[in-house]
Amino acid sequence: MVRVVVDLNRCQGYAQCAFLAPDVFEMHGEEALLYKPRPDEAHRDDVVRAVAACPVQAILMDRSDETVTVGEASDAR
Amino acid sequence: MPADGHLERLKREGRIVVVGASLAGLRAAETLREEGFAGTLTMVGDEPYEPYDRPPLSKGVLLSRTTADHTALPRRRNLDADWRLGIAATGLDMAAKRVRLADGEEIEYDRLLIATGVRARPWPHEREAELDGVFVLRTRDDATALQKRLADGPRRVFVIGAGFTGSEIASACREREISVTVAERGAAPLVGALGGVVGEVAAQLQRENGVDLRTGVMVTGLEGDSAGRVRSAHLSDGSSVETDVVVVSLGATRNTEWLAGSGLGAGPRGIACDAGCRAFDIRGIVTDDIFVAGDVARSPHPLFGYQFLSLEHWGNAVSQAETAAHNMLCESVDRRPHMWVPAFWSSQFGVNIKSVGVPSMGTEILISQGSLAERRFVGVYGYQDRVIGAVTFDQARWLPFYEHLIETTAPFPPPFPTVDRRPEGARPVPADFPDPSVPTHGPTVTLSGYSPADRRMTFTPGRH
Ligand SMILES: Cc1cc2nc3c(=O)[nH]c(=O)nc-3n(C[C@H](O)[C@H](O)[C@H](O)COP(=O)(O)OP(=O)(O)OC[C@H]3O[C@@H](n4cnc5c(N)ncnc54)[C@H](O)[C@@H]3O)c2cc1C
Ligand code: SF4
Repeated sequence: MVRVVVDLNRCQGYAQCAFLAPDVFEMHGEEALLYKPRPDEAHRDDVVRAVAACPVQAILMDRSDETVTVGEASDAR
Repeated sequence: MPADGHLERLKREGRIVVVGASLAGLRAAETLREEGFAGTLTMVGDEPYEPYDRPPLSKGVLLSRTTADHTALPRRRNLDADWRLGIAATGLDMAAKRVRLADGEEIEYDRLLIATGVRARPWPHEREAELDGVFVLRTRDDATALQKRLADGPRRVFVIGAGFTGSEIASACREREISVTVAERGAAPLVGALGGVVGEVAAQLQRENGVDLRTGVMVTGLEGDSAGRVRSAHLSDGSSVETDVVVVSLGATRNTEWLAGSGLGAGPRGIACDAGCRAFDIRGIVTDDIFVAGDVARSPHPLFGYQFLSLEHWGNAVSQAETAAHNMLCESVDRRPHMWVPAFWSSQFGVNIKSVGVPSMGTEILISQGSLAERRFVGVYGYQDRVIGAVTFDQARWLPFYEHLIETTAPFPPPFPTVDRRPEGARPVPADFPDPSVPTHGPTVTLSGYSPADRRMTFTPGRH
């Protein structure tokens, strides 16, 4: 599972991400960024490239596979 | 060194409980682990979902670019936490250091973080609020329901309140070619947060994009049909609007009721804490083991004369959570103040709106770059001859520069030339914020409380 969040305070609309992972990130208007927070697994490598290329390091991708389902006492480890 | 020994034990085998499993709760939990907390970490959240991100709910989700159930936040690391999701905290016993849960369980803590955020203020008339087609927008479930209704192709959507969320909802409707009416009690959209000068630009933006914007009016009632579906909205100017969807966007209420009677300084304005995120009790004495972060917190900001700020901002939740978590695990002298410069973004009608500082403290505004008419500009806010905030419309790249001015308490108006300065930027004009005693729809920064800076002003010898 790929989960993504962009710190849009930090994002300066340079659009590198939209260039490298067009299925995940797109510019909306001149400088607002719109993105899919749960991209398809097939786009994982593109997202990894976008994370690395973002000049202000605004993109965060999961560094953990932990998930929780409701009712569980604790995480799947 | 007994104190050190105590902290070492806390880190090794202590118990930390986080109440509120959303953005602030998650980021705090990650920071606790990052800083070496190896004890028991319990995450309590009343929503039956793992932490998710709210900003997309009024943007990408309403545009059907994504769905509300795809907004779970990525993790910076493994948390190895015990999760109590779908279960509300219902009480706090400060003396016994216990949090009570709705299912009867009681959890003991050595340190507690409260990050219970806010909830949407509902339409005040209960029977009208229950009509089918009346929505608020705060949670995943709210967004799923509203998105579904928009996909059904309603004839018209009626938005009550033109703050950021209401304006973003209207924007999404127009992008989907759905007719939309926006009713705002203030003189323009976003006036509470950005003032009348910028609010006027937001109003033009709405009208040009086909929003039927009604300002200076109040909604007096919602009417349903015999099947209990909303049919129309009545306004204070005597008009009414036929609609099949109403979105109530009247700002937020702080989730502090569960703390009533606990002795913690929690109320409708949030939970007051010191600059290091430690909660105050009702006697005004700071606690040692209870910390606060995110939308529910009210904390004094060194950059703004130690005014207590309540910031309903994503970036604030992240930064305050990190600071609170850090401070939970260290000695007094190693604690950090929460000094984050407020920052916010919104995108609506294809325009990227961002701000830094506290525009709503400003009394004057200077358009230092670009032009209001072109919807591409930087507005700088001044308060007592210093730069206190800035807003950009499609000029985000300049914002770090203005953030620096705010951090260094630069003089206002800025005494230097700026790129692309126009005649309209020659002189500051009144920022035109509404009288704070008259409620508008949901400013996202609330100022309150004692301000040593103001007080000090009275002792400064006057200039002649
Ligand atoms: C539609 C929408 C759009 C937004 N857009 C932007 C934007 O563009 N830019 C921006 O800067 N900010 C935006 N925000 C604001 C941002 O999402 C918030 O600042 C952020 O979510 C605050 O995080 P938090 O963890 O402090 O509080 P919340 O996200 O409110 O989380 C608090 C959690 O605690 C839970 N809780 C409450 N009471 C209890 C209890 N007694 N027991 C257990 N759990 C409890 C709540 O259910 C909730 O899950 C937006 C918010 C919304 C709703
Ligand atoms: S590359 Fe980074 S700065 Fe540029 S648009 Fe993407 S997230 Fe924003």
